[in-house]
Amino acid sequence: MTAAPYIHLENVDVDFPIFNASSLSLKNKVLKAVTGGRISTRHDGHVVVRGLDGINLRLDSGERLGIIGHNGAGKTTLLRVLSGIYHPTSGRAEIHGHSTSLIDISLGIDPEATGRENVTLRGTLMGLSPKQINAMMDEIIEFSGLGAFIDMPFRTYSSGMQMRLAFSVSTTVRPEILIMDEWLSTGDLDFKERAKQRMHDIVDSTDILILASHSKDLLLSNCSRVIWLEQGRIKMDGPAEQIVDLYFGA
Amino acid sequence: MTLRYFSLVASAWADIRRALTNHHQITTLGWQDVATRYRRSVIGAFWLTINKAVLIAAIGLVFGTLFGQPMEKFLPHLAVGLIFWGFITASIDAGCAAFINKKGIILQVNLPLYSHLMRDLWNETVILGHNIVIIPILMLIFKIGVGPVILLILPGFALLLLNLVWMNLVLAVVCTRYRDVTQIVQNVMQVMFYLTPIIWSADLMPDRVSPLVLQVNPFYHLLELVRAPIEGKVPGAISWVYASAMALVGWAAALPFYGFFRKRIAYWL
Repeated sequence: MTAAPYIHLENVDVDFPIFNASSLSLKNKVLKAVTGGRISTRHDGHVVVRGLDGINLRLDSGERLGIIGHNGAGKTTLLRVLSGIYHPTSGRAEIHGHSTSLIDISLGIDPEATGRENVTLRGTLMGLSPKQINAMMDEIIEFSGLGAFIDMPFRTYSSGMQMRLAFSVSTTVRPEILIMDEWLSTGDLDFKERAKQRMHDIVDSTDILILASHSKDLLLSNCSRVIWLEQGRIKMDGPAEQIVDLYFGA
Repeated sequence: MTLRYFSLVASAWADIRRALTNHHQITTLGWQDVATRYRRSVIGAFWLTINKAVLIAAIGLVFGTLFGQPMEKFLPHLAVGLIFWGFITASIDAGCAAFINKKGIILQVNLPLYSHLMRDLWNETVILGHNIVIIPILMLIFKIGVGPVILLILPGFALLLLNLVWMNLVLAVVCTRYRDVTQIVQNVMQVMFYLTPIIWSADLMPDRVSPLVLQVNPFYHLLELVRAPIEGKVPGAISWVYASAMALVGWAAALPFYGFFRKRIAYWL
């Protein structure tokens, strides 16, 4: 029963409570009750910042969505709502399909563990089962080009090798919904070509692509539709060429 | 009202079920925490066991002599108590910090939050498995036999785990929102350590102290369920009833609580 994946956001608001030290503390909550609010009058920490405001968005299978906007416009917040990490404060978010985000590809890597162990660790965090990881192990090792180094501790790798391993594992998954914050590019010349090919493969095979980027070329070459975020709202939503031209001032 | 209760329980269950379906995430990541202890150290997690053994020997000698207790009775009692108490406090400490320490993962990957809790509990259980080797060694030294009553430790330990999990469901949420609750919990556990018969035994209680002090202490009953079978005794009926009732009431309250607040956790990190 693998129905086509889709995402539906309806009037989604996201409010961030901003706690300062005084509101993070239970002691102050109690003191406030005892002292009759004396403390709270001066620094009542319960400030709320609206991260997303009334977002309506429907993504169906096959959609290639780009997200643009200035820093602080709500791009990361929206990506987290789309990944199911932030539950909307109000409104509804329906996310159907297995989604994977390629945002921090080194997340979960243990520098003391060997390359092979890290493939398992990273793969597990990406949502792969032990069976899948075992089946893909050889391919991942071959793609990373690490050879015998795969059984050495990760900390002994050069930074180029570390990136190659993280990249190889993270791009092995073929999710239905792929979420990216900027493009992944990495490594020395030889690896760069293969990495590029791999990125195109994964982007082509995913049902829904969501890409937040500041790069005009990237958005134009990968996305068919772009939304422009400003202060937590969708300012514009339309075909990629049109929105990108307006955003970058043609 | 009842409808609301069940929808919150369903919300909690959705998270827990997703974690249990992907139980390999719990064991793989939990095992990693144990494996970290073995890197560049041959005996790895057994260092914790050695620490525990030294502590048992030191406290055993001091208090055994002070209380004038026969060592062959006092030392095993103390060892079992300290080992399981260590497991209980370590699990509760880990529960308090469960979401705070996993901030990086929680904000990047959509894993069920329950997996983070269980990962820590799994890790602590493996460490308990290391520490437990002290007990058969002591039994050999003091030539203490084991009867079939020891099998009662299985339901006893299961009840202990059931209670620890609901406590952690609540504590993890509260400690993420109010960061100083962790300190409060640690202080409470410190006091409970002295109120629970671990370095002293229940039959040392003077008559002028009401036995109620013992009977209302939930940790006394939880500890009895695992300690008595090892000592060749059947845990008292009151301990079974107390622990079962606490598990029932605890879960009935913790599930809707967790179901309500789990969606706020990411915002509090």
